[in-house]
Formats: sequence, C-alpha cells, structure tokens
Amino acid sequence: MGKSIKTIDDAVIRFAGDSGDGMQLTGGRFSQTTAIFGNDLSTLPDFPAEIRAPAGSLAGVSAFQIHFSSKDIHTPGDKPDVLVAMNPAALKVHKNELESGGTIIINTDAFTKKNLNFAGYESNPLDDGTLDDYFTVIPIEMNKLVTAACEGLDLSPKLVARTKNFFALGVLYYMYDRPLEATEKWLEKKFAGKDSIIEANKRAMSTGYNYADTTEIFMTRYKVEKAALPPGNYRNMNGNLATSLGLLAASERSGLKLFYGGYPITPASDILHTLAAWKHFGVQTFQAEDEIAGITSVIGAAFTGNLAVTATSGPGIALKGEAMGLAVITELPLVIINVQRGGPSTGLPTKTEQADLNQALYGRNGEAPIPVIAAATPGDCFYAAYEAAHVALRYMTPVVLLTDGYLANGSEPWQIPDMDDMDDIDVEFAKGFNESGEFLPYKRNQTTLARPWAVPGTPGLEHRIGGLEKADLTGHVSYDPENHHRMVELRQEKINRVSQFIPPTDVFGKDHGDMLVLSWGGTFGACRSAVETMQDNGMAVSHVHLRWINPLPKDLGEILIRYKNIIVPEINMGQLVTLIRAEYLVDARGLNFVRGRPIGASTIIETVKKTIGG
Amino acid sequence: MTDSEAQLLTKKDYESDQAVRWCPGCGDYAVLAQTQKTMPTFGRKKEEFVFISGIGCSSRFPYYMNAYGFHTIHGRAPAVATGVKIANPELSVWVVTGDGDGLSIGGNHFMHALRRNMDINLLLFNNRIYGLTKGQYSPTSEIGKITKATPFGSIDYPLNPPSLALGAQATFVARTIDRWQAHMSDMIKRSYHHDGGSFIEIYQNCNIFNDGVYGEYTGKEKLDNVIELKHGEPMIFSNGTKGIKLDGFTSAVVDMSKHSVTDLMVHDETNLDLAHIIANWTSNPNLPEPIGVIYSIDKKTYNQEMVDQVKTAIETKGAGSVQDLLNAGDTWVVD
Repeated sequence: MGKSIKTIDDAVIRFAGDSGDGMQLTGGRFSQTTAIFGNDLSTLPDFPAEIRAPAGSLAGVSAFQIHFSSKDIHTPGDKPDVLVAMNPAALKVHKNELESGGTIIINTDAFTKKNLNFAGYESNPLDDGTLDDYFTVIPIEMNKLVTAACEGLDLSPKLVARTKNFFALGVLYYMYDRPLEATEKWLEKKFAGKDSIIEANKRAMSTGYNYADTTEIFMTRYKVEKAALPPGNYRNMNGNLATSLGLLAASERSGLKLFYGGYPITPASDILHTLAAWKHFGVQTFQAEDEIAGITSVIGAAFTGNLAVTATSGPGIALKGEAMGLAVITELPLVIINVQRGGPSTGLPTKTEQADLNQALYGRNGEAPIPVIAAATPGDCFYAAYEAAHVALRYMTPVVLLTDGYLANGSEPWQIPDMDDMDDIDVEFAKGFNESGEFLPYKRNQTTLARPWAVPGTPGLEHRIGGLEKADLTGHVSYDPENHHRMVELRQEKINRVSQFIPPTDVFGKDHGDMLVLSWGGTFGACRSAVETMQDNGMAVSHVHLRWINPLPKDLGEILIRYKNIIVPEINMGQLVTLIRAEYLVDARGLNFVRGRPIGASTIIETVKKTIGG
Repeated sequence: MTDSEAQLLTKKDYESDQAVRWCPGCGDYAVLAQTQKTMPTFGRKKEEFVFISGIGCSSRFPYYMNAYGFHTIHGRAPAVATGVKIANPELSVWVVTGDGDGLSIGGNHFMHALRRNMDINLLLFNNRIYGLTKGQYSPTSEIGKITKATPFGSIDYPLNPPSLALGAQATFVARTIDRWQAHMSDMIKRSYHHDGGSFIEIYQNCNIFNDGVYGEYTGKEKLDNVIELKHGEPMIFSNGTKGIKLDGFTSAVVDMSKHSVTDLMVHDETNLDLAHIIANWTSNPNLPEPIGVIYSIDKKTYNQEMVDQVKTAIETKGAGSVQDLLNAGDTWVVD
C-alpha cells in the first residue's frame, strides 16, 4: 500500500523527554533544518531550572515546541499536533496539551515499571487504553532499534542509548519530508574527532527515517511548503543572540567600545557568553562578583566613554535598582537589559513572564524616570537593543530593554539586516569649554536636554559627578529646594522628549472598531495571530503593539478612544493596563495569565468573542 | 595638558573650588592635603587622575580634588573604578573609602577588586566608627565599644583590614596614620608606582565620634606602640631599645639590651607568610602596631590581561566586522 502525502499549512510538534535526553538539541536541529527548508517558524523551549533533576522524574521533563508553516506565523503554537514522548514522565506532563486526535510518538523502551512509578502511573498508559480514545499512538522501541543500528561501533551501551533522540528526529524528518544533510553536517562539526559518536548519531537518525518509511504505522506524510517571506538573506535567530548582535551593531555604528558588566543569571547569561567571544570586535566583558558590581562597573565604563551594557533577569534587576538611580542622577548612558522570568524572588528561573514592567518603570527611590523599550519577537531583540543604545547615547540616560525568557530562547527566521540601513548613532564627547569660558557638566542640549559627555582624560574638563543632588548647570552638590524641584522636572522632561524619537504608532487593522488589542513585549505574536484570525472572520478588531512604554507614544491617546473596547493581554496581573487606564482614562481591560508560558492566541480570541460577540 | 605643563603642577592645581566640609579637626584634612601635595610629584597630566568614592565622610573626598571625580553609592566604588579602569587603562584610578563603606556594605567589591589585581589604588580611611550617620560602631570597632547602636557594648568582633586584603590575594598592602604626614606621602607614592591593585589603610581620627582612637600611636608613648616597617631591615622599634624575634610562627618583643640585631626578624615585603604574621600584630596588646608596606609583589594585572586578550583576538581572528558576523552561520536566500 502506498503512502499518501498531505499538504498542510502548518504543524506544531513538541519533543519531550528527560533533561538528559537531549530534547533542546533535537528541537534546535529540527528548527534549523526547517528554517533552511524555507518555512516560517517559531519555537518555544521549555526546560527545568535543575540541570539534571532525577532521571525519569516529572520535575526533570524538558520540552521543545516548534510551529512551522507555509504562511507568516507569529507564535510557537497553542497546542501541538505531534508529541514525541521519550519517557512516561514526558507523556504525563504534556499529553493534556496535545490537540485532540493528535499523534503521540513514544519510546516504549523507557516505559519500565520503575519509570512508570516515578511518573505516578499506576498502570501502563500504553496498555490500559487511556490514550487510544483521543490520540494516535505510535509506540517505537527506540533503545532496541538504535542498539541494533550501532552494532559494531566501539561505543558503550550507555552512549549508544543516548542517540535515541536522533532516532526520534529521523522519524520526524520522514513525517514532514525534511532532508537529513544539514543535521549530518552539524554532527560532523560538533563532534569533530569523535568519529564513532558522529557515526552512531547518523545511524540512529537514518534508522529513524527508514523505520518510519518502511513500517506501516506512518501511512501519511505531511508537506509544509516554503513560506512566502520577503526576499532577502535569512538565518534562524533567537532573542539573546539578537540582543547581543544589536548591541554590537550599535557599538560599531556609534564608534564606541562595548563594555559589558554582568553576573551570571538565567536566562540572561547567554548574552554574557556571546559577547565574551567577540573580543576581536574590541568588546570587553567583565563577569562581576555580583549583580550590583555588574551595573556599577558599567556605570564606571559609561563615565569613561564606552557603550556600557548590563543584562540580568528576575531578582537581578531588584539588586540593580540603587545603581540605576545613580545613573539617572549622573545622567550617564547605559543599557540595562532585563530578560524577564517568572517571579517573585527566585520564582521560575527558566519560564517566561512580563511581570517586571512596573519594576522597570518605577523600581527606584525618588523620582527616577528611565526610558523603557520592549522587544516584540526573538529577531526584534536586535532592533530593540540597537534602539535602546541609540536613545541612551542621544539623551544621556540609562535605558531599560525588556525581553523575556520566551523571546530569549525562542527563535524565528530572521532577515539579515544590512548595516548600511541602520540609523546613524552620532556621539560627540565634550572637548573644550563652552561659550561662557568654563565647563558646565549639566548645561543641556536644547533639543534633547542631554548633558555633555566629558570623559576622564580630556584636558581641562576635570569635573565631579555623584549621587547627591546636582546644581543645575554646574553639577555641584546642591541642597537648594528650588534647584531640586527644577532638576526633578528637567530629568522628567528629558525622558518625555524621547517621544520625539518614537515614530507614529502603527495600527494593524482599522483605525476604529469594536475592539483594540493592545500589547507590549513578547505577547506580540499571540496578539497579532489572534487579531489576524478575527479579522479574517470579519470582526472589527485591531491591534496596537507598544515598543516604547516609557515614554508612551504621543499619538496613543487619540488612537485608544476610537475603539469601543480595549483589551490588554499580559503575562502579569495587569501592569500595562493599569498604566493605560491611569494615563488615558479609558476603560481598558486586562487579560492576564501568569503561567510561565506565552499566552495562547486562542485564549485571546475567546476573550474578545465573549466581550463583543462574533 | 602637555607633559612639560604636567611637570609644573603644584598642590594648588589639585585643589577644587568646593569648600571642604569635614568637621574642624577631622583627620580627613590631613589625607586630602597629603594627596594634593603628592599628586604633582608624579609629573602626570591632571586629567588622567580619577578619584572614585562611595558613601561616608571620607567619600566626599573627590569633590575636593581638582581631577575627574565620581561620588558613587555606598560600598560600590571599587566596582565603579573597575569599569573605569577597564574602559581606559591609561587612567590613574583612585578609590577613597572608609571602614563602613569599604569593609561592611562594600566588603565584597573590596575583596574582588584586590583579588583580580585590578590596577587601582584603594585608600581606606579607618576611623573605626560610622561618622556620617552619627556614631554607630563599624566593622573595625573594638569589641565592647559603647555607641548609640551598642549601649551595652559592641558584641561584634572587628576585622583586620590588612589580613583581609592579604587573604584576598592583594599584591600591595600598606598602613599609615593621618598624623604621619611624610610617611603617608611615601605610602601614596609607593601605591602609585605599584603596578597592580594597592591597598593603603589610613588610621584616621574622628574627633567627634571616636576621638583619640589611635592616641597610643600618635601620642607621647607612640614609640613603644608602633613599628615602622622597612624592607630588608630588622624589626626594631622604640628608639632601638626593642625588637621582634620570630620563634617558629610566633612573634615576640625582645629587649635589645639582651639581644643582638641578628636575632631579629628581617622585613621582607615580598614574603606572603611574613606579611600574614605582621598583619596579625594589628591591635595585639603584646606587639607594636605595624605601619608601612606590609606586602608588595609584582603580578600581572587584570586590566593588562584584558588588553592583551583583545589584542591577541584581533591578531588571530582579524578585527571583526558586524556585517560579516550577521551573515555568518546557516543562512538561506528567499527570492
């Protein structure tokens, strides 16, 4: 009997297994192959905070979801069509999220009595019929098959067993008609010099591919055609790499050396790792003794004329609060990146959240305004980082860049920018006395209100700055009440003027209607998908996505009043919606889920339908 | 400023236009004066000096120096200074801190800046009290001290700054006293010329909240209570009447009328074991207080290593181009 090929628009697959099963790596390879193949895609890695929780435990389950399509897509998908479960714990954790009627590919060799007990199964779900009513179950003895495939290789049984993720990958490559070559080449590079490891993984992968081809359990193959993306050069891009590249691009275009000071913390650490490897760009990275030294070293480098950057996550940003205030009062340019994760306290280190918006906006003593920009997608982190650096340098201010765990680790096809198309970043250090014949470190540019940047080493401009209130113009210490009021106003006005820099707000859909979905940060994809679907169904729903949250765009107020309803989906308890209500006196409503994962587009659609009908 | 102009600088050139606001009689005045006096002797351009401080009485210091200055936040000056030094290793970077700022809230940064051998000069004004917050005990206050915060006497054991610095792998550790002006100037010079992180503890009198805390080292009986360390010379003090003999690891004061100089321990700044022993004489009632350079060795600095790594990376990989980096990896073309 021949196999049928079914062309579909998109598919969502999820690899799930034990932390030691290599699920992140498997998902990463599938993404890369899919990207090169030409689909649009979006990924969601989901892994535990523990490096290796006990093998087979529920806590140790690690998963990677990929949504790929022949169309333009924005999210990693709400529910998977295919689940690969490498052990009972993975099945238990993930099966309820599978689309009803979906396919589960199972490594039956891992369904031992011990593993079943560990996952809390009283009977084997493969035997007791509990799955069959809802799903197509494909049981495969993966350990046994890779053992046979690797016969004759000089490898321990333990190392052979480790290749089973490549077997699963081979099965999925067959199902979705993907080539093996890119993965084979990657194996050759990754394990160069370890020929038997390369060979074992190659054999495991092709065995999986051939197994799916020859056995009759896979009667249908799926074809997801190339997506019609705008013409250009593409690569697959994740958020943390994009952030690092954006900073480096800003360094090159501003002509300033990049200094990064930070302390390792999940999920921000990859920014440190990436930048540390770019010494041949003159990048200097400093792994500080703590979060506070991370940001204060950066303040020192900013004082000395570098493009100065720190990044952190979760509790790290709380530790940086006092130093952020110092950067505000000394009016030094720095970029503070917060790769948001679940909180409070240590919270959910490896899960995503948007609950640090208030901390970014307000988390300092005194009146300490800081511009806040948020990236929308993994690839957008590049542009958001570039823009954050640009505003910091133009207005002589610290800037907070908010990304999140989902953006940081998620990936998408990314059109490679041409550096010549990036905005100019002009930086001018103070070189001599100003017109009055003296140097006034707080005499401002009349357009931006930025103060001059006079770096140590410049002859004649020796001056002192610090955390005590500054006298206007001279920067001397001042306790004068009128001066303090004026300086508070000046610092606020300077940040307000960043709105000069913000282009008019882009409204997706009609400029009026029944409903406006208003979003910021990593919920962009889910909101845009939901609004596209509703518009296709004839609903009068539009979407506005905010890039700058402080200051807000000048035209936002007049846009908001043109809609009967406003809904603000956020992965927090309603931080932006509170600000919007306070700022514009509109009846915006929140849609809030704080589950450590992206909000699903379907949830947004349901809520909008409930509100306006349709 | 040209090099020849730099040769002509005087103390006055290092005085800022700001009125000094320490309490009259404060030991900080002496440190400021000696620093302003000593800086011109280096013949270095004024714009290359940066003074960075934290919070506390001593941390107002940068406002009074006519150089680049940064009055930062409590305890963090060594970390800010680290960023300055990495960003521009050509600068001469000085940190001014106190016993509370440097050893309590900033203890972590103090330790790590020294561990890395970051080429910065740390001046720690130790008055064994919190002055700016009006008189609480500090991490160097003696046990039993009565303060507003310890009406029944402090139950905190004090720490010993040179021992801490040595434990942190500092490459230059010295101590001086506010009243010993010429000695202080010498220590500042030694610190400046030391290529690496240097730490000078300055015993400084707070005449308001802890007056006379170092009286035994500055008053009439001082000769009996202090020993000035001199590299390569025997440990002799009290006008040559007393010496220190090492018995195993134990130091003991001996009467020179009964001992010869050859019996005495000889100071060697480069010997870490000796340095630990000497640092431990601090506040020991049976031994004199050691003043001077306790330890000094050469070791490659963090900032130099950083410069070298960047240089090597550029030499081996070529100067990076962002466009090339963007285009790298697995790419594909959409027509």
